[in-house]
Amino acid sequence: MADEPLVLGIETSCDETGVGIVRGTTLLADAVASSVDEHARFGGVVPEVASRAHLEAMVPTIERALKDAGVTAKDLDGIAVTAGPGLAGALLVGVSAAKAYAYALGKPLYGVNHLASHICVDQLEHGALPEPTMALLVSGGHSSLLLSTDITTDVRPLGATIDDAAGEAFDKIARVLNLGFPGGPVIDRYAKEGDPNAIAFPRGLTGPRDPAYDFSFSGLKTAVARWIEAKRAAGEEVPVRDVSASFQEAVVDVLTRKAVRACRDEGVDHLMIGGGVAANSRLRALAQERCEAAGIRLRVPRPKLCTDNGAMVAALGAEMVARNRPASSWDLSADSSLPVTDPHVPGHDHVHEVSKENLYS
Amino acid sequence: MLLLALDTATPAVTVALHDGTDVIASSGQVDARRHGELLLPAVDRVLAEAGLRLDAVTGIVVGIGPGPYTGLRVGLMTADTFGLALGVPVHGVCTLDGLAYAADVEGPFVVATDARRKEVYWARYDDRRTRVTDPAVDRPADIAEQVAGVPAVGAGALLYPDTFPAAYAPEHVSAAALAALAAERLAAGEELPAPRPLYLRRPDAQVPKNYKVVTPK
Ligand SMILES: [Zn+2]
Repeated sequence: MADEPLVLGIETSCDETGVGIVRGTTLLADAVASSVDEHARFGGVVPEVASRAHLEAMVPTIERALKDAGVTAKDLDGIAVTAGPGLAGALLVGVSAAKAYAYALGKPLYGVNHLASHICVDQLEHGALPEPTMALLVSGGHSSLLLSTDITTDVRPLGATIDDAAGEAFDKIARVLNLGFPGGPVIDRYAKEGDPNAIAFPRGLTGPRDPAYDFSFSGLKTAVARWIEAKRAAGEEVPVRDVSASFQEAVVDVLTRKAVRACRDEGVDHLMIGGGVAANSRLRALAQERCEAAGIRLRVPRPKLCTDNGAMVAALGAEMVARNRPASSWDLSADSSLPVTDPHVPGHDHVHEVSKENLYS
Repeated sequence: MLLLALDTATPAVTVALHDGTDVIASSGQVDARRHGELLLPAVDRVLAEAGLRLDAVTGIVVGIGPGPYTGLRVGLMTADTFGLALGVPVHGVCTLDGLAYAADVEGPFVVATDARRKEVYWARYDDRRTRVTDPAVDRPADIAEQVAGVPAVGAGALLYPDTFPAAYAPEHVSAAALAALAAERLAAGEELPAPRPLYLRRPDAQVPKNYKVVTPK
């Protein structure tokens, strides 16, 4: 449909330089340049390395997205960009690019929230989000349960991790097992050949008095590390497959249990799962099983849309345009701790009025 | 010719328009922590002051540092993206060269800017247009011999009077000087450097020590 908004989205909150283009809820391009290999030897994302890579990758990635989408920049209806949360220096590269691009093209700029974008991306896969939507966001940087009645204005946090993010726990256990970085995909792979019930690792914050929707993975991480060390100290071989499977089971058991409970408590019949950990095969399978049993419809985008990308930012930007939300100002800043309750960063009117005279389109 | 010049490699956020002969509008604000917020509105203001729109620009000139990285990247990313959107060339100019060009000193001198961590970015010049050393980053005390006996320009010189007893203005670079220097070099048919950052330091990144045991001994 040609009258749906054509939006380009830029994402640089961590180590992926993502540029996506959507028309309404249709994905046209999803170009990503990753610096993950440069971080591997450090065992985690190094902010300065990520920022330098974003600067080098940005223009080629924008060009690739335009080519893939088969559109020209002047046809765009808006430019969206992750304004936060994320790594401050990395975000600033994307925000600078988006502002310059929007200004030079004479298009409105939308600074949007990274977490709301992770939810909104599912529109590209499964069509318009149901309202309300329950979302479980799990990645190396975040683990939260969010309830949204309108993804452009209202995202309510029900719970979040009180210590490590789920993806962080995968990275740390992979390090203990000497499996390299990032840990998620490799643990998923080993776990497929292991027994998830081999070792009973603890399920954090699942007691009757614990907060119903918060998560904790720090205790689990320590328990797994101790178990491995005890094996090593006894001179025994560490059963990597069983440890991977049992650890992964402990994580996804808690995530899915709490997500399904939140849907039940709030009377929501859909569950959306996003973020890099949503690419985990066991999380997808167990969520499917438990949602079916509870009569909840599960929506999980394909793995490439779950990890950080520009298409998710474009998807939320397109929704901002479609719903006539105010654009951001030219003094938009990167906010590394942008609250999840702010789906976007609307501008102050006076700045925009001054600017309009210089815009041409 | 209409050049839009910008620099964010020092605490100054500075923008200027140059028509090949003169600077026709400029803006300079000093706020080391808000490069990202201040730059685009400054571009907008400068264009409005000149009564021009961005699509009139025929080339972008950007300070490539050396300078503190986060701020430096704001200018470079903005310049790169303007170049992409407008289809015009983006020229790099060493930020220290911009400072040198605006210096009001006779004979050889040194330019030094604040590199933080008790270091300066610096280079030696024979005159306002002629840099004779590559830009470098050093502790002032370590270069005292190399800069002895000549005047010094820039905030780095003002910060370390023991090493730079004869410090002169300007403190920060101005896009007006950057643009004028670029216009002069382009008119002379000179090639300007690519708009890539001069970081001069490797990223701070610690390779984590081998995995630490969590079991108490
Ligand atoms: Zn993310």
